[in-house]
Parts: sequence; structure tokens; C-alpha cells
Amino acid sequence: MLSQHFPILLVALPLIAAPLIVLGRSGFLGWIASLAVTGAATLMAGALLAKTTAAGTISYAVGSWPPPWGIEYRVDAANALVALLVSAVALVAMPYARRSVSAEIGQDRQYLFYALLMLCLSGLLGMTLTGDAFNLFVFLEISSLSTYVLIALGRDRRALTAAYQYLILGTTGATLYVIGVGMLYLATGTLNLADMAARLPDVSDTRPGVAGLAFITAGIGLKFALFPLHAWLPGAYTYAPSVVSAFLAATATKVSAYVLMRLYFSVYGVDAVFRDMPLGPVLAVLSVAALFVASAAAIVQRDLKRLLAYSSVAQMGYITLGISLGSATGLAAAVAHLVNHGVTKGALFLLAGGIALRAGGTGLERVAGLGRTMPLTAFAFVVGGLSLIGIPGTAGFASKWALVSAAIGDGQWWVAAAVLLSSLLAVAYVWRFVECAYFRDPPQDAPAPGEAPADMTGPALALTAAVVAGGLLAAPVLEASARAAAALMGLAR
Amino acid sequence: MTRDIVLRVIGKILIPYALVFALYVQFHGDYGPGGGFQAGVVVAAAVIFYGIIFGLAAARRAVPEPLVESLLALGVLLYAGVGVAGILLGGNYLDYFVLDHDPVHGQLRGIFWVEAGVGITVSGVMLKIFYLFAGRGRDLEEG
Repeated sequence: MLSQHFPILLVALPLIAAPLIVLGRSGFLGWIASLAVTGAATLMAGALLAKTTAAGTISYAVGSWPPPWGIEYRVDAANALVALLVSAVALVAMPYARRSVSAEIGQDRQYLFYALLMLCLSGLLGMTLTGDAFNLFVFLEISSLSTYVLIALGRDRRALTAAYQYLILGTTGATLYVIGVGMLYLATGTLNLADMAARLPDVSDTRPGVAGLAFITAGIGLKFALFPLHAWLPGAYTYAPSVVSAFLAATATKVSAYVLMRLYFSVYGVDAVFRDMPLGPVLAVLSVAALFVASAAAIVQRDLKRLLAYSSVAQMGYITLGISLGSATGLAAAVAHLVNHGVTKGALFLLAGGIALRAGGTGLERVAGLGRTMPLTAFAFVVGGLSLIGIPGTAGFASKWALVSAAIGDGQWWVAAAVLLSSLLAVAYVWRFVECAYFRDPPQDAPAPGEAPADMTGPALALTAAVVAGGLLAAPVLEASARAAAALMGLAR
Repeated sequence: MTRDIVLRVIGKILIPYALVFALYVQFHGDYGPGGGFQAGVVVAAAVIFYGIIFGLAAARRAVPEPLVESLLALGVLLYAGVGVAGILLGGNYLDYFVLDHDPVHGQLRGIFWVEAGVGITVSGVMLKIFYLFAGRGRDLEEG
């Protein structure tokens, strides 16, 4: 009975929780509420994924106005998977948040932190589940505005400049997106994505159709840090509170990448994007540049969180590389990497938060000797790093392998070569951590050996275990990704 | 400006009318130009006007900051609550048709409460922004 409302409740529940937390004015109550909401959201997203797998697309008419007139929430195998990723990462981060937030954010601001986190969750889930181009913009703004504030809550004063930089670039991205939507509305006369998909083939080669595609690509590209539009990302991830870094790195850019997939493959269609327009080569070149430039930049960083941030830019390159192939297998690989890398980066940033708490910072000099002082954390970090490289037995391998096979299947040998070569750069930046943690002595003022508190180490290790599970039992994610790719390519029907 | 007798007298005369006008804008929004956003701005403008003439402390006494913060949360809750009411009465989220026996009346009832929520939140946010900016530096000096 209630399950038919899951698509909207998934978005509405955190949206309702946010003002309740503000009224409660207590960090503890806020944490309890957030924990409950993320738990319920994960259950609902799981139920939705199961339902879409069994019964196909679910359509929900908000306000009972039938689509295309009203706002439609449209859930299929693709966005149910992304929604599950977002809510599950949020759920894992919540037990962690209590202590981490207490350590990093003042007592009088904690309830506001949880309210903002709920707003951000609501925005991301809204972007994922909505089937309406303008509604998507609204949720893009909700998630972005809350993200700017969440980043600015970081302890380091540089968090303010990082948040401000992201605010300027993120707002530019959102503006470009909404201009693109305006063009699409001009060309098709509708804002409903499915309806738009049906009408676009006639007008996708007109000037508004082409300009709309360009604006949307640039706007969403800014939001998910498509090279060279990634300037905001390293600062934002580095200076944000630990929980926020982990949550954003695992979800925010991934949701934007999903939005691009939805607009490319479902709305415009493969022919319009990759045959009539040269977006395949453009994306491929930018992605390969991201793989090499961002990975190289990661090697020379002196801060662990910053290193991970540059690695994120590079890893997003694999996702866009999968998109640029324009084939079902390439898209499936991109979706798989979206999930696997989300989990991997979430785990790594959670571990980095534990290191920040115990070692007093994430600068590489603070990391020195971590293999002795925090052996469990250091080991888990190496496992996560192996997944970034794509070593067999980790989640990163499964999706990179899928990407390489897809590229070879399409006859794009140079793409396969680029993926393999860039993995060597990943070896280099992961080695920087290994070298510091295991082959250097701890600094003079290093704290006594000991892990971060169990409620922080636990969630981080749980995600790390998920990384290994995703490598050893890769089939469920790969199959879900294949179904997601099929759903993304089949909206017009 | 607190000593300017003209401003003080005119302000005291005008502010009640501004608040009444805000209510008109709020409730007339169903039929003509207006609505929750504009009404919320007018309410906030009246209080800001009061604050400019009689001082920030007086404005904060009249409309305390905790009240403002509660208002901006309550408005969103009211809006979302209308959505949940739609589900509880057997419709979809934000379904106004089921809010009354007659679907058209239901639409009117739904938009009334949603706009009320918008008005409350907008006035709360406007005042919060005003208090934050006006209090900047000043609050620091006072400790």
C-alpha cells in the first residue's frame, strides 16, 4: 500500500526531516533523525530496485496530475541503483558522523549540520528519481546549496574559500543546465523527460536542440568535475568535514554523472549525441586527459584528502570514458564504475576522517608510520587504494575490466590502452600512501598507537569490505549495471 | 535614526498597514497576483523597517530570533505536510484533489495551505538573513 509512494517518500522523508531537526535544535536528536531517515531511505531504495528489476519502470504522478502535465517520478533499473548507492552510503556514514561531527563542528551548529545533510540527501535523491527536467534543476539547486554550506562548515578556514569557489562554479553549472533545459523546452514544448525523448528526434538537429545539448553537457560537466571543469573539486573535498567529504565523493558527482547518462542516452538518444554530434570523441579526449593529468596531479599532492580528490577527478574520467563509447556495454561499464568507485571513495574518505581525528591531520607527514600506529586503518586504506588501481579482487577491477572489454568490443584499442596505462599512475599515487605509512617513522608528536574509535572505524571497514565483496562477487553489480544501461537506452519506447 | 520623530510616527502608523497588506497579498494569491512568497517578503520588510527605525535590538525583541528560525522550518513542514496529507487521504503526494469532498475545493484548500507554508518560510528566511547581516560585527563587539 505505502510501497507505491516510495519514489516520492524517498525524497520527501529527508526533506521533512530537515525542518524537524531545525525545530529540535539538538545535535543528538538531529543525528537520531538522520540515522532513522537514511535507514528508511536505504530500505525504500532497495525495495524500488527489487521492484524495477522484477516489474520494469515505475511511474509516480506527483499531485495526481498525469504526466506529461504534472511532475512525474520515473524509477527504472538505472536510477533505482543510483538511489540505493546514495542512501546506502549516507546510512553507512551516519554511525560515523556522531563522533566525527562532534570533533569537527561546534556544539551549537551540529543540528544545522544534520539538517543540511538531510537537505543534501533529499536533493540528490530528487535529482536521481525525478522524470522532469525542471524538477531536476530544483533538486540540483537544493543539493548544491546545502553542499556549499556543508563544505564551509569545515574546520580549516580554507574551507570558506573552497566553498565559495564551488558556489561560483556550481551556480554557473546549474545556470548552464537550466539554459539548456530552456532550449529543450523551446524545441519540444515539454519538460517531462520521457515526453521530451519522444519528441526530440524531430528537432534534435535544430539550433535549440543542439545548443541545449551543449549547454547541458557543460553545465552537468561542471557539476561532476569533468576535466578541465574540475577546479572546484580538490579544495571542496579537502577542506569539507570528514563525513561530508566521504558522502559527497561517493554520491554527488555520481548523481550528476547519472543525470548526464539519462539526458544523453534516454532523452537525446545515442544517434543524436554520438552520430549527429561529435560528443563521443570530445568526451573521450577529455576523459583520457582527466585520467592522466589528474592522476599525475594526485601523485604530487602533500595531503591525503587532496590526493584522493584528484584521484576522484581521474576516476570520473573512467565513467565519462564509458559514456563516450556510446554503446550499451560501455554504458554498463560506466554505471558499474559509478557504483564501485562511489563505494571505494566513500570508504577511503571515511578512513581519512579517522586518520584526521587520530593523527591530527591528513597531511602526508601526519600519515607517516601509520602502518604501526593505526595498522587496521592503514591496511584498509591500502585495500581501497588497490581498488583505485584496479587490482583483481577489488571492486575497481571489476568495473575497469568491464570498461576495457567494452572498449575492445567496440574496436577502440587506444581507449583500452589509456585505461591500462593510467592505472600505472594510480599505482604511483597509492604507493605514496604505502611509502609514507609503512616505510617512514611516525612523526615526533605522533599520538600513541591506536585506531580511531570503533563507531568511526566500523563503518569505514564495512565499506572497505564492500569494496572487496564487489571484487570477489562482481556479478550482482555488473548485472544490475547491464540492466541499468538497458533501461537508460530504452526510455523512448 | 531612532530620534527622528517623523520617521518614528510614520513608521508606527504604516507598519500595521503593511502587515495587513501582506495578509491581503497572501490570501488574494489564489485569484490574482500575489501569493506566499510576496506576502512573506512584505511581512519581513515591515519588520526590517521597524528594525531600521527603532534599532536591531527592538526588532529582535518584537520578533525573537528563535521564533524566526522556528518559522522558517515550520513553513517547509506545513508545505510537506500538505503533501503527506494527500497520501494519508488516499491520493498521491501533494494530491490536492482528495483534500475535500469536491476536487475543486480540494485544490483550493491545498494551495491555501501550501502558500501559507511558503509565506511563513519566506518571511522567516528574509528576517534571518536581515538579522545575520545587521548583527554582524555588532554581535561580536557585544560578545
